[in-house]
Amino acid sequence: MNTFYFIAFLSIFFAILVISAKNPVHSILYLVLTFFTFTIQYVLLNAQFLAIVNFIVYMGAILVLFLYTLMLINLNKDSEPVKSGMVKIAGVLGGGCLLVVLVGCLKQVGVADPVLLKDPNLGLVQNLGKVLFNQFLLPFEISSLLLLSAMVGAVLLATKEKKTA
Amino acid sequence: MESFFNTIKTVPLNHYIMLCSIIFSIGVIGVLIRRNAIVIFMSIELMLNSVNLLLTAFSVYKGDASGQVFVFFVMALAAAEVAVGLAIIVMIYRNTNSIDTNVLNRLKW
Repeated sequence: MNTFYFIAFLSIFFAILVISAKNPVHSILYLVLTFFTFTIQYVLLNAQFLAIVNFIVYMGAILVLFLYTLMLINLNKDSEPVKSGMVKIAGVLGGGCLLVVLVGCLKQVGVADPVLLKDPNLGLVQNLGKVLFNQFLLPFEISSLLLLSAMVGAVLLATKEKKTA
Repeated sequence: MESFFNTIKTVPLNHYIMLCSIIFSIGVIGVLIRRNAIVIFMSIELMLNSVNLLLTAFSVYKGDASGQVFVFFVMALAAAEVAVGLAIIVMIYRNTNSIDTNVLNRLKW
């Protein structure tokens, strides 16, 4: 049994659990597991930089941010909103149609070559850093501006408004 | 270590596209069927991650590092999006005492 298929099965399994878990905290924990399987996929593709960034930024930072927000919001069991059965069936049908269309398109093309690692240094930090700071220097600087503005915006939005009136 | 990476060499690119399509569709279904704003956000993260994995797979397939740099930018963008989005959710919760997206269907109260 190939490692890829096992990990892919785990990814799909945990992703389904993310959207079907009743408790949002369980959803977040399943999302952590899903992202961990994605990290393993990156390691299998020898994209070591992305594996580490996925591990630290997604699992470490973003999901902890989710958990903190959930802690601030203090959800109870009875305040958990539930959609009616019809809307759920319609949602699953809509998403299923998207999947059928994507898979149907994929059936039209032939089987591609296996994913071969031609250059073993491709995903290493040294190689990616060279590409990032030569070819993509301007987008890198602009993304730093984006992060700064997002931070300012988040602080502005989340601080309580003072009663001015 | 070499044999560990050799296991990937039998997987055709189609199966990566298939896996990422399935995960993306699960994210779409999650956005459609849940009413909890935070779970909707998590479904969006799921979709972003499936695209990230596909970009990486194509990058390895073509032997071009640009795809992996793009994934890096997508991650930076996702971090910014999550920070602003969660701030908005906290603000909505303060105003309505609920994170049910159905409460917001009138866009004012």
